Amino acid sequence: MAKIIGAIEVDVEKCKGCGVCIPACPTDVILLAKNVNGKGYHYAYMEKPEACIGCTNCAVVCPDGVISVYKVKMAN
Amino acid sequence: MDIKEIIKPENLVYQKTKLMTDAPLSYCPGCGHGTAHRITMEVVEEMGIWEDTIGVAPVGCSVLAYDFMNIDMTQAAHGRAPAVATGIKRTWPEKFVFTYQGDGDLAAIGGNETLHACNRGENIVIIFVNNGIYGMTGGQMAPTTLPGMKSSTSPYGRDIATMGHPLKMTELIAQLPGTYFVTRQAVHTPAAVRKAKKAIRIAFETQREKKGLAFVEIVSNCNSGWKMNPVDANNWMVDNMFPYFPLGDIKVNGELIK
Amino acid sequence: MSEVKLMKGNEAVAEAAILAGVDAYFGYPITPQSEVIEYLMVERPEDRTGMVVLQAESEIAAINMVYGAAGTGKRVMTSSSSPGVSLKQEGISYIAGSELPCVIVNVVRGGPGLGTIQPSQADYFQSTKGGGHGDYRLLVLAPASVQEMADFVDLAFDLAFKYRNPVMILSDGVIGQMMEKITLPAQKPRLSNEEIIERYGDWATTGKPSTRERNIITSLELDPYRQETHNHKLQAKYKKMEENEVRFEAINCEDADYVIVAYGSSARISQKTMQLARAKGHKVGLFRLISLFPFPKNELNKLADTVKGFLAVEMSAGQMIEDVRLAVNGKKPAEHYGRFGGVVHSPEEVLIALEQKIIGG
Repeated sequence: MAKIIGAIEVDVEKCKGCGVCIPACPTDVILLAKNVNGKGYHYAYMEKPEACIGCTNCAVVCPDGVISVYKVKMAN
Repeated sequence: MDIKEIIKPENLVYQKTKLMTDAPLSYCPGCGHGTAHRITMEVVEEMGIWEDTIGVAPVGCSVLAYDFMNIDMTQAAHGRAPAVATGIKRTWPEKFVFTYQGDGDLAAIGGNETLHACNRGENIVIIFVNNGIYGMTGGQMAPTTLPGMKSSTSPYGRDIATMGHPLKMTELIAQLPGTYFVTRQAVHTPAAVRKAKKAIRIAFETQREKKGLAFVEIVSNCNSGWKMNPVDANNWMVDNMFPYFPLGDIKVNGELIK
Repeated sequence: MSEVKLMKGNEAVAEAAILAGVDAYFGYPITPQSEVIEYLMVERPEDRTGMVVLQAESEIAAINMVYGAAGTGKRVMTSSSSPGVSLKQEGISYIAGSELPCVIVNVVRGGPGLGTIQPSQADYFQSTKGGGHGDYRLLVLAPASVQEMADFVDLAFDLAFKYRNPVMILSDGVIGQMMEKITLPAQKPRLSNEEIIERYGDWATTGKPSTRERNIITSLELDPYRQETHNHKLQAKYKKMEENEVRFEAINCEDADYVIVAYGSSARISQKTMQLARAKGHKVGLFRLISLFPFPKNELNKLADTVKGFLAVEMSAGQMIEDVRLAVNGKKPAEHYGRFGGVVHSPEEVLIALEQKIIGG
């Protein structure tokens, strides 16, 4: 059975830390960082990267379009 | 598997459309404008019409929409976007023309231009972002502010007796024979965004087929104006805005949905 | 092939617009200029040249339709009369601010407010000093005949595109409503979309090809320093207009002791006054303004060296007189005469004023 592994890449400096992506994630991957970016925002990051399924929900709902989504199918 | 092995160009499944510029959006964190901009540009990209699309930006929070959308755009005087779009479309009927307007722009100061562009059945798309408040000027009452809702010019809540009712512009213009597709959407969840994008696609297809005016309302949040954090604002919107401004299609293929 | 016709001033504007290859007219009816849109609707220019004619829901919508289409490089115009032109001022300010070419015809009636539907020249300040908000100028042409109503349309478009600036044809109820025999020019072809993109592709919003950056039509600049720079650019443009676009007609001014300064229908009336005065032995000349902005200030100042006095004749309580006095700069007396509020002065009334205020004084 193929397993899908995903990952997101956040444009940290453009993220405004609104957190809209957090409830959008079905596998609770995302949290806001304790650190801040250059604008002082607590940016989104993958707290549980292993749970990401690359569904794109976070990127679709991100108002600032700062999330890119990647996905690979693992045959095992 | 290492993340670095996943984050490779060949594995990319979603990124911001190239029709959005790299300028940081001037909107507050969590504001729906950014999403509404992006899905509009995604539709234009997917239809392959960006070289033939001309946008009209309003006055309001989205006045700088032309900084973010990587297409030719004209910035209109407050409320006049439908007239500006009419001028463009009538002289370039083969181009795709859309306006992007907020509730103050479209439903208050531009009420007349909106009504008449709709009534003439101009072959344009109107994207109408309704967040029930004036965002740019600092949270004043809008024509769509809910009964009892506080704003800086209704500090004790909107009093219907003296301030009038929230205006359901979308239902109003759906009554006009010139409108062909009228819908109300939202962009607060992934499912809502995908639905809203489909609606915008139908709107641009309506224009391609020269069927009449296509009108997409997007009920959105204004966490700054509502004085909430972005996630709470979205929840408040679901609980309070949606009952007054219910989501869904209002007119499809020129027929009102019963 | 030119054609001789008997036409109203308003009809001449409309026919001239079709013949000039104008792409679109957006208007709203108002007396005394409704014949412009009525004529266009009857003529079906869509069939003749492909020109678009649309009756808008208001003057506000009409000028914003002009703004939208002008931003795409099309030749577009609107017309109205005083209260309607007041409504258009917001749009005109945007058009001036974003440097778009267009032509606006004002067939002036008496004001203020709803005023009267009778002729007037009381919109001089509004037309020549800006009109809407901000530091801007329109290029203003004042026709004094039905022939000029026709001729100035093409000229106005040439100037509008030369400077990327709105041009106003400032007429009045007399010229708009009167009928005269005129010679119409030959039909000019409208520019094709390809020609427009080739000529104006560096600024017009015709759709962004991959070969250029996006074009944006806007009058917004949040950075005050950049807005100041933009204003400097506008001022430099207006200065260029002052250097190159002054238009006037000096009749019998060479030997004149006294000169009447007038434009539009007041110039027609004053020409008769000049004849009456000459018959009485007064050496009177007529300095007819054709461009109101730019104002022929150098020419009037020079004239002040050789004449004894000026009478500014206009159907207003005294607006153009201020520019006449600025031009004459105290060298010689300059007085005002005019009936207003919709009343048209007679040549005899002007003569009496000339004798009392200038010659006799």
